[in-house]
Amino acid sequence: MLTILFDGIAYGMLLFILAVGLAVTMGLMNFINLAHGAFAMVGGYITVLLMQRLDVPFLLCLPLAFAGAALLGAVLERTLYRPLYGKPHLDQVLFSIGLVFMAVAAFDYFVGSTQQIVQLPAWLKGRTEIGSGAWTLGMGHYRLFIIAICAALTVGLQFILARTRFGSRLRASVDDQRVAAGMGINVNVVFLSTFAFGSGLAGLGGALGAEVLGLDPSFPLKFMIYFLIVVAVGGTSSITGPLLAALLLGIADVAGKYYIPKMGAFIVYSLMIVILIWRPQGLFVRRGGRA
Amino acid sequence: MQRRTFTALGLAVAAFAASPPALAQSTPFKIGLILPMTGQQATTGRQIEAAARLYMAQNGDTVNGRKIELILKDDTSLPDTTRRLAQELVVNDKVDVLAGFGITPSALATAPIATQSKTPEVVMAAATSSITEASPYIVRTSFTLPQVSVALADWAPKNGIKKVVSLVSDYGPGIDAEKFFKDRLTFNGGQVTESLRVPLRNPDFAPFLQKVRDLKPDALFVFVPSGAGAAVMKQFLERGMDKAGIKLIATGDVTDDDQLNDMGDGALGVVTSHHYSAAHPSAANKKFVEAFSKANKGLRPNFMAVGGYDGMRVIYEALKKTGGKGGGDALLAAMKGQIFESPRGPVFIDAQTRDIVQNVYLRKVEKKDGQLYNVEFDVIKDVKDPGKTK
Repeated sequence: MLTILFDGIAYGMLLFILAVGLAVTMGLMNFINLAHGAFAMVGGYITVLLMQRLDVPFLLCLPLAFAGAALLGAVLERTLYRPLYGKPHLDQVLFSIGLVFMAVAAFDYFVGSTQQIVQLPAWLKGRTEIGSGAWTLGMGHYRLFIIAICAALTVGLQFILARTRFGSRLRASVDDQRVAAGMGINVNVVFLSTFAFGSGLAGLGGALGAEVLGLDPSFPLKFMIYFLIVVAVGGTSSITGPLLAALLLGIADVAGKYYIPKMGAFIVYSLMIVILIWRPQGLFVRRGGRA
Repeated sequence: MQRRTFTALGLAVAAFAASPPALAQSTPFKIGLILPMTGQQATTGRQIEAAARLYMAQNGDTVNGRKIELILKDDTSLPDTTRRLAQELVVNDKVDVLAGFGITPSALATAPIATQSKTPEVVMAAATSSITEASPYIVRTSFTLPQVSVALADWAPKNGIKKVVSLVSDYGPGIDAEKFFKDRLTFNGGQVTESLRVPLRNPDFAPFLQKVRDLKPDALFVFVPSGAGAAVMKQFLERGMDKAGIKLIATGDVTDDDQLNDMGDGALGVVTSHHYSAAHPSAANKKFVEAFSKANKGLRPNFMAVGGYDGMRVIYEALKKTGGKGGGDALLAAMKGQIFESPRGPVFIDAQTRDIVQNVYLRKVEKKDGQLYNVEFDVIKDVKDPGKTK
């Protein structure tokens, strides 16, 4: 029982790390970036390739995956994304899904299409068990690690957005670019850094997720649905919304597959439909907030 | 409605165009090889293509004075694409043989085209039992899942494994594996206490494995396509299930030679049943593995490669038998009943079912020269596809 809950939480947290960057770009910058998964895949491949080819330790790979994806995000924002900010959402969708297909083909061509396997360091491989009988709590160390990172991220992000000068500048730029620019905020820089940061988060999520979710060139397409569900259910106006949505979905998915394996895959979708009928703007959106 | 008539018309034209008068000997003999070269199953395509080219390099590209031409098409594992490509190959390129087929739906989608155009369809990878029944023109050189699952179900009870939980991917081959494993294990006095099916694109195996752990069987029987296999195995170990006394037994897809080395030492000791291992100790196989890795930058051939290699041999031999003339029905007749020594051991193309009869080996993952291999320790000889006896 508790083990299932634990696995569900860890899985939800992983979904959160993967999706939170999307919540940032989609919610705050109002850009429909379906290529988010491609940045996650870049992070995953950076980790795998560094570990396989150069024997870089796993922990060092994580910040590198973040940096690599963030850098790529920054370059693409400057060159490709910026001209599309003012365009209708359909254009943005078409553009970013095109990017996804290019990323899929590129990784297929250069790295090959096999599943990449991450070799974790020994201290992350173990498992601790507490209690006995039906209430046994078995915790995989790697899943604990994911939960810890995710918790730290949430606190950090919330702090940045709500309390720092950068956070207020970002919120101001999103609400009204012209006024923000008039107030002396460099909107371009704010958007550039936000987009890079969101992409970096995706890269980190991909690096962490490669172990649990597997990694092959179809990664962005395979998990796009999950990112979108998290963001749609959680709403995009805060960090806590996607977090709670990811946890809810993670637990529902894992518990559903455990207790009713035949229904397994459908539970997430049913839950999403119910929630969206009930609260079309997402679970945790303030009344009157932007969708 | 209009569209349907149009398609029917198109097919009729295809069938008509594909039965031309006997071709002159001087025209090349064309093999249309349809494989997933990109996308999820791309490794299958690469292995088979490499093996087919190796066979041609070793045996020459002319048979009885007729040049063999290989036309490679990428279907990206989408059955409707496979079907369209097959139709184009038959109508435009006038191929003599269709071959390849990475996944079951692709092989099945092509079956009506093979039947109508009387073109032999050599299935080199797809492994659902029923494929050969979809058209009288299908010949298979890979394997079937019932074939390898049943062998495992024969071995398990003799080795103290009575209570088993099965975990398969929820699609054709998986359901075949589940059914035939269960039937045979029950017949042998064992018991499948729970049958779990996971979605083909499953992100996290944790809940399923936890369920298995709580059920405490003697062993967990797994069939998932090779990419997902590694993930299942790693999570199996991380969950400490081996320490809880649960053994992992699987079909050979899980410890695919293509990926085995990346799985790390956790894979040591996993027992699988399959028809081919790169470590198969025969002279023919040593030669094959050596030549294959030499031609492909050290790549190790897997069971897909051997299916492709033998498929080419079946086509070559059939063409030889017709004196280089070819012709759909003549080729098919010449393919039936072929007996030869493959890198996997002796094989036989059953004339009635057009399916392959072969040895199934029980293997254990061991370390040899610093690399992981599936080392064979037992063999069940001449296994016919159990799916056809009913």
